[in-house]
Amino acid sequence: MERELSAGVNTAGTSVEPVLSVEGLTTRFRTSAGHVHAVNDVNFALRPGELLGVVGESGSGKSVTMMSCLKLLPMPPAEITDGRVMFGGRDLVSLSEDELRGVRGGEIGFIFQDPMTSLNPVFTVGFQLIEPLKLHMGLSGRAARKRAAELLALVGIPSPDARLDDYPHQFSGGMRQRVMIAIALACDPKVLFADEPTTALDVTVQAQIIELVKDLREKTGTAIVWVTHDLGVVAGIADRVAVMYGGQIVEMAEVDKLYDDPRHPYTRALLETLPSAELSAGRDERLRSIPGQAPNLRKALHACPFAPRCEHVHERCLSQNPPLFDVSPGQQSRCWLEVDEDADVSHQTGSAAA
Amino acid sequence: MSEKLVSVSELKIHFPIHAGLLRRRVGEVKAVDGLSFDVYRGETLGLVGESGCGKSTTGRAVLRLYDPTEGSVTFEDTDIADLSDGDMRRMRPRMQMIFQDPQACLNPRMTVGAIIGEPLMEHTSMGAKERQERVRELLDQVGLNPDFVNRYPHEFSGGQRQRIGIARALALDPDFIVCDEPIAALDVSIQAQVVNLLEDLQAERGLTYLFISHDLSMVRHIASRVAVMYLGKIMELAPVADLYADPLHPYTKALLSAVPVADPDVEATRQRTILTGDVPSPANPPQGCVFCTRCPLAQSKKAAGEDVEKCFTAPPDWRSIGSDRFVACHFAEEAK
Repeated sequence: MERELSAGVNTAGTSVEPVLSVEGLTTRFRTSAGHVHAVNDVNFALRPGELLGVVGESGSGKSVTMMSCLKLLPMPPAEITDGRVMFGGRDLVSLSEDELRGVRGGEIGFIFQDPMTSLNPVFTVGFQLIEPLKLHMGLSGRAARKRAAELLALVGIPSPDARLDDYPHQFSGGMRQRVMIAIALACDPKVLFADEPTTALDVTVQAQIIELVKDLREKTGTAIVWVTHDLGVVAGIADRVAVMYGGQIVEMAEVDKLYDDPRHPYTRALLETLPSAELSAGRDERLRSIPGQAPNLRKALHACPFAPRCEHVHERCLSQNPPLFDVSPGQQSRCWLEVDEDADVSHQTGSAAA
Repeated sequence: MSEKLVSVSELKIHFPIHAGLLRRRVGEVKAVDGLSFDVYRGETLGLVGESGCGKSTTGRAVLRLYDPTEGSVTFEDTDIADLSDGDMRRMRPRMQMIFQDPQACLNPRMTVGAIIGEPLMEHTSMGAKERQERVRELLDQVGLNPDFVNRYPHEFSGGQRQRIGIARALALDPDFIVCDEPIAALDVSIQAQVVNLLEDLQAERGLTYLFISHDLSMVRHIASRVAVMYLGKIMELAPVADLYADPLHPYTKALLSAVPVADPDVEATRQRTILTGDVPSPANPPQGCVFCTRCPLAQSKKAAGEDVEKCFTAPPDWRSIGSDRFVACHFAEEAK
């Protein structure tokens, strides 16, 4: 159902004003061994009500990108050296801490990976749920408690009124993540950042949470940025997907497009490393692996960060970092193959051969 | 099917709970509660389940890193559950383990050469030079540069550290390796490298693996048979193709339907079985079938007015269905 909904958004897509737009965001960390260039020139626009999946491996900069948007990073060592994050006519990067406090948890919600470490163990769940309601919505104690119970019911926690007085340790992992979602949704945010929200959970619980989020999207219409390393989760839940590598977005596409016709060599390689979903494949077929390791981001990017692991690498890749090229409507790829036709055209036949 | 290498029978591991001023024993966590299965020579038996179901405890008990509370573990013809420490030590070279977290299982103060050489020092009479040669050979086999022998673990990436762990496990030429979530801590692109390495080594050396994982799609790729655990018991054990195509136990069905598939078209159309509620405490498992509190089959049957009393009162037998399939469900025949 949400698939149709998103298709509607997409066709009208270009004219719709984005709720959040990230422009040229660049974050680096100062360390004793020099700078680490964690996020390099990241651009994306989040449309109202859409779910943008951000995939990448550890160290690809996906979490730091999300944290940078709300300046949740310790500064220093982190510093946002360039870029804007436009939200509601304001640039979040240039807001003061006080102004940001009004945005965080209010208009923009955040769900973290590990619900145990992001809930405060010495306060009841109710206290933690009521706090943002009083702060951002100006509700009185009684009204806030009523709303808190409604929120717990919304995320599927049985006997919500009684459970408000329980502490986080009295909830299971999946229930705690539901509480986190309830807190994030408490003030009807326009945008929700979810950083690996199901990674710490078991598959059956993950399935519960995914169904819950799908359901809540229909009810609330919140735009979501869902950061994950799991290509399976993204396939089931996202409208659009951004693939990150070496601190930059290397490919961006509608979800169907990305899985049917991935253009960037990294995206293609990543999809091929997954065990085939077909039963007949079995173990006779070797898994394709990507040789080498993730790049070291100690140096600023002067070449394509994927070049050392890329099978289509050519001269230009080693000296110039490619920009994002528009390859088809709504799809962009950061690869020189898109323009260097003579260098290597195997990507056009690649999907058939691979 | 070839001969049995490891045979586990009615294995139970209960951990005592002590409480109160006098630390009296007030109960026990039934981490593993009556498992019976065989591992055949040269196969990969996948052991899957959610966190807390007892799969790692099982893996450790099979190597007798825990002493079983009850039951036996037979390795070839020897029951290792009753061996003396000295006899057990002589068995150890035959069975090894690869751990989940390659960071935590390598001593940060030892060089790679010392880490891989330690089992050789303990269990063989090799001289220093010979040992060094063997270590270099092992590094080469797992795809690391033999010149790295004097480096420390922190100088390697996660995938490379896992290779060091594999080299150490291979040092004594074991027959049987328990792989406890060997790829869970690795990135997707590195997982494939390690899985390929494990498969190559198995083909070269005829190794037998017990492959413990919660990643059902990777287990489908690597395993020849799969056992599904829930709350200390095996729910179902079957050859990999049968299990994934035609699961018999309601828990297996729910688990498989929860696995995300990296294909938007499949995801858009599939019907998920969403389990309600949480896993009960292993200190106080339900009477009857351990899965009865969440079982969608029992719930639908009850709603249809059928008699499901036995699900809640009598634990289902661990029985064989068909040639090489085992299942613990009162209604398994109906699923067929």
